Amino acid sequence: MNEPPTGDRLLGPEPPELGCDECFEYLDRYVDAELGHELHEFSLCPACVGPEDCSRARRCLGMRAHLEGCPACAEEHASLLALAGRESG
Amino acid sequence: MRGVEPAPAAATAPPPPLDPDSRAWVRGLTLPGGERDVDVARLHAFLLRAARFELARRRTALRDVPAAELDDLAVQAANDALVALMRKLPTFRGDSRFTTWAAKFAILEASVKARRWAWQHREVTLEPEAWTRLAPAVAAADPEEAERLRAIAAAIRECLSPHQREILVAIALNDVPIDVLADRLQTTRGAIYKTLHDARRNLRAHLAREVDP
Ligand SMILES: [Zn+2]
Ligand SMILES: [Zn+2]
Repeated sequence: MNEPPTGDRLLGPEPPELGCDECFEYLDRYVDAELGHELHEFSLCPACVGPEDCSRARRCLGMRAHLEGCPACAEEHASLLALAGRESG
Repeated sequence: MRGVEPAPAAATAPPPPLDPDSRAWVRGLTLPGGERDVDVARLHAFLLRAARFELARRRTALRDVPAAELDDLAVQAANDALVALMRKLPTFRGDSRFTTWAAKFAILEASVKARRWAWQHREVTLEPEAWTRLAPAVAAADPEEAERLRAIAAAIRECLSPHQREILVAIALNDVPIDVLADRLQTTRGAIYKTLHDARRNLRAHLAREVDP
């Protein structure tokens, strides 16, 4: 994965974004949705910080922003995506 | 710990029914003590596989770890993940497959242990003035990006507290992992990220004022 430019790393993602704890909390459902394993209709996560935009995108944008801004959560997200992708065969 | 932005209250939908595989896992793991041993052992084996998967992804950073110690790390990660997961089991709503939900605990524990191991002998120096070392990045950037970096450097100097500068520099410039930093500062990952987030918000606001005063 390419390192984002220094300026982007300093300024971080466009708000709003979730924090690390919510990111962990909703990581599994975010990943399964990415893998097309959405078990249910898209619904907002209880910690949603941009309900209208997320509903429109059918995707948690606060989560996506956090994964851009937080290198540790981004690593864990990449791993879970790879592992869960493998598990679904 | 709440999100970094205040969240509006969202309506929580009633929990949807679990898929058959997830239901089987939950049923097995919630049997009375003794009867669930087989399922707990099966879950532990699954978590161990996930932890090994995570450590294998990090083999470059962990190349100096002796093989036996590396596997020890995986077992510890699986053990800790099992404890954390069993505590959270009543909150599993089936928003994802059970295996995806379970794997994230093992990946978190293995990642944290791996980052800790990789940094155990490295010094984390917190220097609020280190942002002045942006100079090489400015020199290497194209004119537009160089201009932006100079503006960011000025904003760092003018609108961040020393603590915000330390956190921003450590994570965004020096690649110190957030959980390693949290350990050293005896705080939580969420609290460090909140500081980082606030620092970035201040920078953005400052830069926006510069453009459109
Ligand atoms: Zn994070
Ligand atoms: Zn959302």
